[in-house]
Amino acid sequence: MTTFANRAPQDTPGSWKTYLGLTIALLVAAFPVYWMFVIATSTDAAVSQIPPSVIPGGEFLNNAREVFTLQQVYFAASLINSFIVASVTTAATLFFCSLAGFAFAKLRFRGRNALMVVVILTLTVPTQLGVVALYIVMGKLQWNGTLLAVIAPGLVSAFGVFYMRQFIAHAVPDELVESARIDGANTMRVYRSIILPAIRPALAVLGLLTFVMAWNEFQWPLIQLNGTEFPTSMVALSDLASGNYVIYRRVLAGAFLATVPLIVLLLAGGRQLVRGIMEGAVKS
Amino acid sequence: MSLTQIRPVAQHQSPPPTPGRAKLWLHRFDNKTIPYVLISPFFILFAVFGIFPIIFNGVVAARNWRLDDPDRTGWAGAGNFTRLLQDEDFWNALGNTFGIFILSSVPQLLMALILASLLNRKLRATTWWRIGVLLPYLTPVVASTLVFSVFFNRDSGMANWFLSLVGFGQETPLDWRAEKWSSWIAIATMVNWKWIGYNALLYLSAMQTIPKDVYEAAAVDGAGPWRQLWQITVPMIQPVVVFTVILSTIGGLQLFNEPMMFDENPQSASGGSDHQFQTIAQLIYKVGWKDLDMGYAAAMSWALFLIILIVAGVNTLLTKRIGGDR
Repeated sequence: MTTFANRAPQDTPGSWKTYLGLTIALLVAAFPVYWMFVIATSTDAAVSQIPPSVIPGGEFLNNAREVFTLQQVYFAASLINSFIVASVTTAATLFFCSLAGFAFAKLRFRGRNALMVVVILTLTVPTQLGVVALYIVMGKLQWNGTLLAVIAPGLVSAFGVFYMRQFIAHAVPDELVESARIDGANTMRVYRSIILPAIRPALAVLGLLTFVMAWNEFQWPLIQLNGTEFPTSMVALSDLASGNYVIYRRVLAGAFLATVPLIVLLLAGGRQLVRGIMEGAVKS
Repeated sequence: MSLTQIRPVAQHQSPPPTPGRAKLWLHRFDNKTIPYVLISPFFILFAVFGIFPIIFNGVVAARNWRLDDPDRTGWAGAGNFTRLLQDEDFWNALGNTFGIFILSSVPQLLMALILASLLNRKLRATTWWRIGVLLPYLTPVVASTLVFSVFFNRDSGMANWFLSLVGFGQETPLDWRAEKWSSWIAIATMVNWKWIGYNALLYLSAMQTIPKDVYEAAAVDGAGPWRQLWQITVPMIQPVVVFTVILSTIGGLQLFNEPMMFDENPQSASGGSDHQFQTIAQLIYKVGWKDLDMGYAAAMSWALFLIILIVAGVNTLLTKRIGGDR
């Protein structure tokens, strides 16, 4: 007993209980997504069967075809729109936040520290509570009901600036920037040839986090795009699930289709996502 | 003569400074102005789409502002706020929001601590476990809530099937959406499912910064893993615990997606047939974009803002107090 606790937890090998607990956690985490797939591949009869079936059926293509051909839901367009919204948001966030992070980490200018404090303070502002006024602002700009209105508020993020600043401050030595300066490189040249290559890992992390959040965004796109012919996939899903008679296999085929891109991202960039979330925690 | 001799020399010398001056100016511009150019997109966009709406919200809240009738305008003074105090829907939504918040935040953070302590061992395939618990965080809430809707379905749902296995609800299956308590549990289950893994990773990263000798010193007491977790690990990661409490307060009190999509008719924003699980964020959406009463919706947003501030403050103090006692 005493010898067991002698070591720090991270040096203690996991016992069978640890693995059992983790396996249960993983099953609980994965089951809803798996079951989404099961229902998406089933017939109506299989969905209402008791006990519920947990084995996939063969109807996925049929169900998916129904989703895509439904009038007034615009599901195919919605997937494209979600891609546009998430990609533009991600690209802009990476560009603007890396520029600002670079300035805060490596350039000297008056008010730098005060402005950085402002960035950190804005991290805590629940901007979601401004949706009513934001809608009025978009109305003045004549953007209501357009993709532009959905995209514009997400183009920058305080977290992104903060994250980039921290990463650049650690990853790029001051001497490297200085010597490039002495060689006559201007600021943008330094950004392009020294900063950008050094921060690729951070760009991957921030890019993944931003893409996921933009893809999953529901409230603001719903306000903007509900009832238009170009919803995002989350808005289209809420449309699909509305009505007097909900056909689960069809709704969940849609839900699954809208989840697949993120599962692909998790498999491809899971390592980076984990690292990003864990680093963000330590630094904030 | 000497003057004229000097002049050509001076003229001869003056051309080089001209490009030099331009270069100098460029250099100064690069040094003095470019930094502000680089940070300006963030500040401009955040000011226009982040800060200004929050402030402008206060103006809208003090006015009559209807989307369907632009002529009904003018100052309402405190009208929207006094109306709020007497609005049964608002108090109902406030109760629902708090009920769901407590049912979701407390188990969420406790389970996350336990999961983090499981992950904080020497494991095979370390990264894959971490990626695995992140799956719910990635899954769109809109999509996962639809699965949970099937799970909590009255007639063929898996939840009722489980209940019947242990001897409940065989006569009349439980209609999870019908009652406050059951719909709150259902929605809280979805919130817990989504956020436990994410919070566990936050805790895990803090746990790994605890110096190892802290554990070695405490081993004299013969603390087992369970006591080790609550007596050493949790107090050591208290700042991150406070951080997650604040995060889950801000997120939990603005809960929107789950109650929206759990409704039999998501587009109605009514939160059940009798508003039994309508949250404040949902009510703001309904008042603003179904009743088209922007002034009143803005007042509600401000009220929610205040409530979040107060609750986040109280929770922070509580967490610090509990952590400090250990």
